[in-house]
Formats: sequence, C-alpha cells, structure tokens
Amino acid sequence: MTKITVIFNGLPVEAELGQTILEAARSHGIKIPTLCHMENLVPSGSCRICVVEVEGERNLVPSCAFPVRDGMAVYTHSERVRRARKSIVELLLANHPDECLYCLRNGDCELQKLAMDFGIRERRFTGNKNRYHIDSSSVAIERDPNKCVLCGRCVRVCDEIQGVGAIDFVGRGLDSVVLPPFNADLADSDCVFCGQCVLACPTGALREKSALRTVWSAILNNKKKVIAQIAPAVRVSMAEELGLEPGTDITGKIVAGLRLLGFDKIFDTNFAADVTVMEEANELVERIKNGGTLPLMSSCSPAWIKFVERNYPEMLSHLSSCKSPQQMFGAIAKTYYAEQQGWQPEDVFVVSIMPCTAKKFEATRPEMGRDGYQDVDAVLTTRELLRMLSTASVEVMRLADGEFDHPLGESSGAAVIFGTTGGVAEAALRTAVYLITGKDSEKVDFNVVRGFKGIKEAEVNIGDLTLKCAVVNGLSNARIVLDGLRDGSLSYDFIEVMSCPGGCVGGGGQPAKDRSNIQARAQSLYVIDAVKSVRTAHHNPEVKKLYKNFLGKPLGELSHKLLHTKYVPRYPKELNVASTKD
Amino acid sequence: MGKVCCCNKDSLAKQDEAIQKLFRSYAPGEKEALIPILQETQGLYGYLPKSILYLASEYLNVPVGKIYGVATFYNQFRFDPVGKYLIQVCAGTACHVRGGGLILQALESELGIKAGETTKNSLFTLSTVACLGACSMAPVVTIGGEFHGRLQPKDVVKLLRDYEMKE
Ligand code: SF4
Ligand code: SF4
Ligand code: SF4
Ligand code: FES
Repeated sequence: MTKITVIFNGLPVEAELGQTILEAARSHGIKIPTLCHMENLVPSGSCRICVVEVEGERNLVPSCAFPVRDGMAVYTHSERVRRARKSIVELLLANHPDECLYCLRNGDCELQKLAMDFGIRERRFTGNKNRYHIDSSSVAIERDPNKCVLCGRCVRVCDEIQGVGAIDFVGRGLDSVVLPPFNADLADSDCVFCGQCVLACPTGALREKSALRTVWSAILNNKKKVIAQIAPAVRVSMAEELGLEPGTDITGKIVAGLRLLGFDKIFDTNFAADVTVMEEANELVERIKNGGTLPLMSSCSPAWIKFVERNYPEMLSHLSSCKSPQQMFGAIAKTYYAEQQGWQPEDVFVVSIMPCTAKKFEATRPEMGRDGYQDVDAVLTTRELLRMLSTASVEVMRLADGEFDHPLGESSGAAVIFGTTGGVAEAALRTAVYLITGKDSEKVDFNVVRGFKGIKEAEVNIGDLTLKCAVVNGLSNARIVLDGLRDGSLSYDFIEVMSCPGGCVGGGGQPAKDRSNIQARAQSLYVIDAVKSVRTAHHNPEVKKLYKNFLGKPLGELSHKLLHTKYVPRYPKELNVASTKD
Repeated sequence: MGKVCCCNKDSLAKQDEAIQKLFRSYAPGEKEALIPILQETQGLYGYLPKSILYLASEYLNVPVGKIYGVATFYNQFRFDPVGKYLIQVCAGTACHVRGGGLILQALESELGIKAGETTKNSLFTLSTVACLGACSMAPVVTIGGEFHGRLQPKDVVKLLRDYEMKE
C-alpha cells in the first residue's frame, strides 16, 4: 500500500493510494453522508449526497466514487457542499408523502435523518406527491414506491448479492420506479422473499408484511392456545436494539417478555432443529448407502427453496425432503404436544418469531399442513417482535429471566448454531458421525465449516468415508455452486445453503442498523453451543422421547407425514415448457 | 460422489425459426448481446413479446427483471403489439413551435391512450418521433404511413373517424 497525504478541510492526514475520498475520510473519523453507497459493492455514484469539494476540480465530486491523490485538498463541509447536499434532499422530499408520523420507519429512517441533519425546516420545492399503488400482494414483503428515493440499494442487493434480480428500475431518470418486470405484483415475480432489500432500504418503501394484528387477536381469543417458538438467531439479535452489546444472548428476557404479552406456551425452535438434524442426517446417510441422489442439499431456508424451484427446477430431487425447523415445530406442536395436553389441533395457534421474511411465505405454502390446518399460523420477524413489545410497553430487560416450557423447549448445542452459516452442516455432521460409526467423535466442533466466507468447502472423514461438503451463504453464491453442478465442474455429497449473507443472523427480518453486528451475533451462537451440556441432536433426551413415544424412527411413516415435504417447479409460464416433475 | 445431470430446457427449440436464428447468432450467456437481441426482436415483431424476454433471460442467464429494466430505460422499445395503424406525431422543432404538442394532446384524449400505447381494439398505436422531415407541412402526423400536415387539434377527430370508417 502506497501511503499518501490528503488534506481534509485544511488538515493533512495519511491515506492509501486506491482508496476513495469517502474511505480515506472515514478512516480518520471524518463523516460524509451517503445514500446510494453500499459497503463492498462498486460505487454507483448516483445520489450525489456524498459530494465534496476538491481543489482544482470545477464541479463537486461524489466522494464514494472518487479516488484520492497525493496532496489532494478536500473540503467535506464547505458552504457549497452543504448547499448542494441540502438541495438534493429537498428535491427528494419534493414528491415524498410526508407521512412520518404514520410510517413504520419513523425515527429509524435515513431520509428523515438527512433532512434533520441538514437543517431542512421548510419546503422549497413542491412536486406532485407520488401516487403509486402499494403492493401488498405477497405475504412477506410490502412495497410502497411512494416512499422510494431511488437510491437503488434494493436493486443492487437483489441482483448482486442475491443473484435474483426480481426488481429493477423501470423507466429512466426521476420518472423511474423500482418494480418487478412487467409491473407485476411481487407475489407473481421471481422474488424469493429473502428480505435483503428490506434491510438495505433507507426508508419505509420496503418492509415486511406485518402479522401483528393477527397475533394480537389470537392472544385475545380465549379459545386459542397461543404457542410461540423462537428461532435461534432471534435471541442474539435483539440486544443491540435495546442498548446492549451487539450479540448478547437474551433468551431468558425474550421468554419473559412473551409470557407477559400473553402467549400461553413459549417454546424453542431449537427443539425442532434437533429433530431436523435427526431426519436430515439419516436422509444423508441413507442416500449415501443406497446410492440415492447426491449431493443432498439442505432445505431450511425457504427463500433458497423458492430460488431452486424457479431457477433450477431440474435439481429439486437434490433438496432434502425435510421441512424446515419452523414447520417441523408447528407439526409437532399440533399433534404430539396437543395430544399430550388434550387440545384439538385447530385450537392451537402457532406463532413463529423468526429472523426471516421468507418464513412468512413458507408458512402459507399449501403443503405445510394437514386436515385443514397449517403447521404455523403466523410469523413475526425479529423487528416485529420488538415493535410488539414496544406497543405493550414491555421492557424485557427489566424482567427476570424466564424459562422455556417443557418439553418443546429442550435443545442441544447443535440446534442453536442453525442460526449462522455452517451451523446446519456442522449439526448434521455431528449426528452423521454417530450414525455411521456408532459413536460420537471426541471433538464435536467442525471449524472447517465455520466463518462468513460465501462458499466454504470441506472434506470430512467419517470412518472410512470421505464426505465432500460445501457451505454456501448468499444466493448469488448458490448460483455459482449450482451452475458448477449443472456443468459438472463441481461435485459434492452435501451442500448447506442459507439464502442470506451470514445465514439467519443476517436474515431479512432482523434489525438492520449496523450490518457488522452479524459477526457478534454468530459468535454468540457458538458460545451458547459450547457451554451446552448436550451438543448433539441425537442426545437431546426430549427428542429421544419424541421418537420413542410418537414418531417411531427417523424417516419413518409418521415422520414422512408430518416432517417431510415436496417441492414444486416454478418454471415461468411464459416459456411454456413442460415442467420438470420430481 | 454426486454429479448432477443437466436436463436440457430447450425452450428455444420450440420457437419459430426466425427467433431461433436470431438467438443462435449470439453465444448463450453472452450478456453484451442483450441490447442487439432486443432490437432485432422488435424488428421482427414490432414490439417485445413477454415470452421472448423470458427466453432471452434463459439464454443469456440474466434475470428477467434486469432485462425489463434495461428495455424500459430506452424509449425505442415497446411492449405491446403495434396496432393496425401506427400514428407518429412529429416532435421536431418546426412541428413543436406550430402546435405539435397540442395535436399529440388531442390524439391522446381522443384515443384515450398515451404515447407508446395501443388502443384496446388494436387499431391505433400512438407514438412520437424526433422529426418526420416534412417541416414545410408542420405540424405533421403520419397514420399508417400516410402524411397529414398543417393540422389543427380540431382536425384530429375527423381524421381518426376516417380511418375507423375504413374498417
Ligand atoms: S420513509 Fe422516512 S421520510 Fe418517508 S414518511 Fe417514512 S419516516 Fe418519513
Ligand atoms: S425479497 Fe429478496 S428476492 Fe425479493 S426483491 Fe427483495 S432482495 Fe430481491
Ligand atoms: S425501494 Fe428503498 S432501497 Fe429501493 S431504491 Fe427505493 S429507497 Fe432505495
Ligand atoms: S453515496 Fe456517493 S453518490 Fe450516492
């Protein structure tokens, strides 16, 4: 790295050749506001909020895209710069609905923040207010183009990070709108409901479709037994919004909060994650022994499922037939547990608290239920739970820790790491070792599958078997792997795919203020695992009981009925090709 | 060790010959071919049929959302078949100063469509062009290739009736 000197507002500082002005400024604590800029992506330079004055340049330059030079003199908040930035925001506000008081993002909106920071106190430009229809067609994501500031962050995440490309600018310039192709509804588009665009959006233009009303009315309904299940990633992702160290595990507080809100039973999705491990590890071993379809691909991430159904329908037979833990939980709660309690399945109302927007879609899939009821009745994102607690003025940190109810609150360390990329593979490996060799390995940690790399590869020796595994996070990486399988350049026995970068800790339903927090969340999950007394799914005593008293054996008849599912090719009808049947 | 057999989705083979030829003159996955393919498709059909955009998405390995985004960025592309009569309203300088804009407005309100759209009965497609090169007759409109010059907004109704009568 070549060191150079850049003079910021008259003060010389050290910078590196190849940095942008924005990067150099940030490394010295000099703040420059941004809007369209995204960490780790090529700058688009489109919003121009980040302009600065550079000596010798006639025009203001966008600092996010402009490289530093030795001896360069930069002014980050000159009169001219401040005026330009203010005008840009004023123009954005010209056709904005001004609905802050009624907006989901009130208090947490980048546009609001910019207007506040730049001291905008009056309306200088009046444009026609946007009047686009709000797209609530999908069960997961809602689009309100009226609040869109055309920053393009959603478009880029969807295309460059997720490889989906479901939405794009339609039209050009200030008249453009971000839409699915042919102005279709999101529900009918290629969108996989991962929610990464929601995390990226600076305003209230993209948000989850809220299930809070449904949940409140179930709680108020005396006939309903309302059961909550909490996904692994949720417990380590709320702390940062409550003023605690990011990643802090507050399971006990969440349980106490849910009880106060009026949930009848509070259980752990981790119980069902252990069951998933039992089913999926057995499926893997079965396929290896009997020459079944390999690689086996994990099926916990519903956005990934829809992605395969749409883009790689000929590979559906590679997907594990296991339902995700959320769905397994619902199925068990409404059969095994309801029977124990003497409840009718239709009187049980299962609410999942998930780091994920695609889980909302998954819960409504027609094959996810039986006898006229769904496994899961409502899905709340982590963000929605935080909102629900605020509405009820419940401050969880003031409450004494609560305990999960029995028996669906018992879980192993293998289950909790489902919440981060690599966790499902590691959990499955722990149990596969036991299934293949008849005993546990001395060390249950599989560090080779840990970490945030987009594609991790590992060869794991179990007995005289070598398992070739790939662990993938982010759907554009999944594309790389699937294309490699398609053309034969890659081959594996087992592939774990999590749609969201980082896995569920980085899920589309999570708090979004600071992306770097997902590292701390993942770390915390590994700590929870490490201190658990039981760290493998097959040693969870309540899971053993479930098989002994109810299911029989993994992959057995009842398992198939309750815990396994099938997939549908979603080949676009426009291509009018006979779809691949699985 | 697993190897995935790739089942060939030969959606292209089911298309008519002209389209097959058009696509095959570019390599699969050649993303730079997108704009030329769009242009040639429009040359072939007069518009961009939805199914061909999906086909291009498959062939070039570009999401259909991106393709639609690119296509709508350029004014030259249309997404509906052209009606029986293409109406071109000249937007050149000479026409503009002599009330070309008012003519367009009159056509829009009479037909109940905007420039770039086609009437429900597929009879008329309304569009604007940079200059028709008939400035002496400004303001000028062509309907189905026939020139009509020195128009006033009030002439528009009668003009359209004449074409409708021909049906
Ligand atoms: S998106 Fe932001 S600025 Fe717009 S109404 Fe909502 S809070 Fe206000
Ligand atoms: S939810 Fe995911 S797939 Fe859908 S538009 Fe947003 S980023 Fe794209
Ligand atoms: S929807 Fe949100 S992220 Fe997408 S362009 Fe509009 S403001 Fe930006
Ligand atoms: S942040 Fe630099 S141009 Fe938008």
